[in-house]
Amino acid sequence: MADAFAPADPAGRLGAGSPAARAAGRWLPRIAVYGLPTALILAPLLCGLIGAAIEMYGLRRVHRNGHIAELLFTFGLALIIEKVVQMTWGLIPVPYRIPEGLDFPLFTVYGTQFPAYRAFMLLISALMFGAIWLGLTRTRIGLVIQAALTHPEMVNALGHNVPRVFTTVFAAGTALAGLAGVIGGNYQVTEPAMAFTMGPIVFVVVVFGGLGSLTGCFIASLLMGLIQTFAVVLDYSLADLLKQVGLTVTSSTPFHEVLTVPLPRIGALLPYILLVLILVFRPRGLMGTRDT
Amino acid sequence: MSDVPAISLSGVHKSFGRTQIIRGVDLDIPRGQRHALIGPNGAGKTTLFNLISGRFSATSGTIALNGKSIDGLAAHEINRLGLSRSFQITSIFPRLTVFENIRCGLLWARGYRYSFWHLLGGQRALNEEADRLIERLNLQGRRNVPAGLLSYAEQRALEIGITVAGGADIILLDEPTAGMSHSETEYAVALIRAVSEGKTLLMVEHDMSVVFGLADVITVLVYGEVIASDAPARIRGNKAVQEAYLGTEAA
Amino acid sequence: MSADATQRAALAPTGLVAVTRRHWIWPAGVLVALLLPWLFFDWSTHRHSGFVLTMLSEIGLMAVFALSFNMQMGQAGLLSFGHAILFGLGGYVTAHTLNAIKAGSLWLPTELVPLAGGIGGLIFGALFGYVATKQRATAFAMITMGLGELVAACALMFMGFFGGEGGISTDRVTDTSLFGIPYSSSWQVYCLVVAWTAIAAILMRLQTQTPLGRMANACRDNFERAQFVGYDPRMVRFYQFTLSGFFAGIGGALYVLVYEIVTFDTVAAAKSATALLATYIGGAGSFFGPILGTIVVVLLQSGVSLLSNAWLLYVGVLFIVMVMYAPGGMMGIIALHEPVARTGRLRELVVPYARLLVPAVLAVLGFVLLVELASFTTIGAAQGKAFKIGPHTVDAHTALPWALGAVALIGSGLWLRWESRRFRARWDALIADAKAKGAML
Repeated sequence: MADAFAPADPAGRLGAGSPAARAAGRWLPRIAVYGLPTALILAPLLCGLIGAAIEMYGLRRVHRNGHIAELLFTFGLALIIEKVVQMTWGLIPVPYRIPEGLDFPLFTVYGTQFPAYRAFMLLISALMFGAIWLGLTRTRIGLVIQAALTHPEMVNALGHNVPRVFTTVFAAGTALAGLAGVIGGNYQVTEPAMAFTMGPIVFVVVVFGGLGSLTGCFIASLLMGLIQTFAVVLDYSLADLLKQVGLTVTSSTPFHEVLTVPLPRIGALLPYILLVLILVFRPRGLMGTRDT
Repeated sequence: MSDVPAISLSGVHKSFGRTQIIRGVDLDIPRGQRHALIGPNGAGKTTLFNLISGRFSATSGTIALNGKSIDGLAAHEINRLGLSRSFQITSIFPRLTVFENIRCGLLWARGYRYSFWHLLGGQRALNEEADRLIERLNLQGRRNVPAGLLSYAEQRALEIGITVAGGADIILLDEPTAGMSHSETEYAVALIRAVSEGKTLLMVEHDMSVVFGLADVITVLVYGEVIASDAPARIRGNKAVQEAYLGTEAA
Repeated sequence: MSADATQRAALAPTGLVAVTRRHWIWPAGVLVALLLPWLFFDWSTHRHSGFVLTMLSEIGLMAVFALSFNMQMGQAGLLSFGHAILFGLGGYVTAHTLNAIKAGSLWLPTELVPLAGGIGGLIFGALFGYVATKQRATAFAMITMGLGELVAACALMFMGFFGGEGGISTDRVTDTSLFGIPYSSSWQVYCLVVAWTAIAAILMRLQTQTPLGRMANACRDNFERAQFVGYDPRMVRFYQFTLSGFFAGIGGALYVLVYEIVTFDTVAAAKSATALLATYIGGAGSFFGPILGTIVVVLLQSGVSLLSNAWLLYVGVLFIVMVMYAPGGMMGIIALHEPVARTGRLRELVVPYARLLVPAVLAVLGFVLLVELASFTTIGAAQGKAFKIGPHTVDAHTALPWALGAVALIGSGLWLRWESRRFRARWDALIADAKAKGAML
């Protein structure tokens, strides 16, 4: 799932892009109820338009007031969008299932079936990643975008419409988030609180991979996905590790609860632990080019 | 008193990526000297400042303050060794008042450290010292104004004030009179002369009248190398310096 | 002129009466806090309104929380998304302390129990602060977010310290009072809350006038310059963070004393967000801003959330409006009026404000009506409720209420725009006058 999201964020501004992008993106999977193929086109389009509107009328004004103001603006926006989503489609999760054409196991590995839909998801995310990478590095507009992120005044002076560039980037981000929502919406429960459950993980992925680096984002999302999967599968705890060294943990050992907690239970925590660690030791992230 | 120079640079190189900015500088500035650093734009003067004050670290070579190498030290540690600097782009505390700006400059030097038990309102000696410095800066009329609202020249004066407040004995001033009018420059020069009495002063300046009026020794930096370092009168007549500034034909 | 100032300071009277006169707002505040519940006192049954006392207590302890948050945000420029962990952990420590007192293994007067929470907050503040303050600005914000999620998840997972989902219950009636007060009634607890809120607020206020407090401001303004006056910005951040943990812990302790239970939601992101909201709405740039903001937010939470499903939407809208038009919060708006007040022409704004108020109120009502109707059709109807305004039941499926709401919103919106232009002209004139008279500062 993180794979699907990763390509949507790196091009945008962190903090500014992420919360609103994913909030907007979460909204549109509802459209997917009308059929996957339609949704694949309609959702990104609508999300992109909404993203453009948010950037032009909201973010641009707020940018003046500093980073904190931007973060807070998107935070307030996320609250509003979630409520609007609730008001339009209700509180109950919307039934959104994998289309029949893609609902079969592709192959079996280690005794677990690998569903075809998952392959479909991976395919789409790989295509997204590839398209963005090509777009940013091979096209002229891509180069302009990269330059504008670090030296907006200079790029402006060279004659490019920098505000329009930022709007486009933000809109692209929201559009891709919408696409991700369409694909992933049937894998997870499609309900109003989606944005807030997925949101922090997206943050972690982007920061861990590094701002300004698409590859870093991709690697980070794969890493997070792998960690969470393996955490579920490996049912060990720190106490088991200590037993190897000959130390037994009983119920009277201090912190015994922390030592005996099995890995699957703290699987959800691992990304955050990684986030804290990387920010403390390498705030740029794995491959970041811009300082947070 | 020992003969150890206040600032000592030997074999200092600095590169940013593949671009060499400082290409081997050797310079000794003795205690108590007023030293000016001049040179055409892009010569690396501010980079040299940044190296001495610890903002960047040298690619190779050593920099020592009063004989102690500053390699690997953080900016605040270098400051505590007795070096203080001003910045080319005014660097003050815009949301604090003029008075508080100066007082902040005094806190560490007067031993307050990270105290959260001293109430500053009652620290009479500290407050009086701050007020005296403000008078020297001729800013007493703006004492309670947030520093961000001052005029440009007032901010530059405040910058100098914060720089010298702590009583550092090595003072680095980066283009202190940039953008000032003639009368403002005169006042600033008098102020700089007064506050650098008995201290080591290293100054980057473009205004030649300031340089020749204040400096004991002038060093000329061109493309990251020192081409001359001498008394003002001899610098004026130095062929290489003239060439650097005016081109070979005029010289 | 500096000699004047020094002389004036030296001559300032230092007796208790004089100090109180200068800082009149503090005793006045405490007095108001103690008198307010009596407005709702039921003279027939001779009882205080439990609801009012609880809400006022909530305002008090949340104000301490918000003020401690502002020690980081407003004063040091550190935006933390996980401040609630210090509040909640202080609460957990207090709960365990109270249970230990009840079990007889520890003796501590009830009046000093908040101190236990404070110390808990201090220790965790130092622990988390050591990690978080290694960075500043955005990286700091994200570390705090990560830490917040971590602690919140732990609170659900571990039974020993956190009591898992059920939390830790406790009993504040411990018979260890210094004054022999049992703290069994809401009124007694309320007085304790008021006392500690005042103490915490005064201490935090004094802290802003200390070297650490001032250098926190300096590092916020310009960390590089702070380095060149001899300070390590990292240590400044660290100490400021730790101290703010102390006060957050006191807030958490008061929470436990009032509610006699502490659960994982005291460390959750929503709680951190409440502090952020309250501080921002009240104004992060002023000391009293967070207090003002807390009053607004708690009233909204207690009042509006009972009436409407969509109250989070209103919060979001309020937030966005403030971020876009009033980044200085309510105190910021008040501060804008100072120059005009100095010229003595403040009353000339009364009529223009009144003219703004009418269309603004109508627009808000129209918006609220539409939001409530929309919310009703999808959520409320499913819950089997009927849409009522006062005694009238409204049929949400007819066009009339929708049309009314839309007209009110759009019509008043346009009217508001027109009026605000006139207001703007008046305002600019007054400001220009203030500038001319040198009253700007």
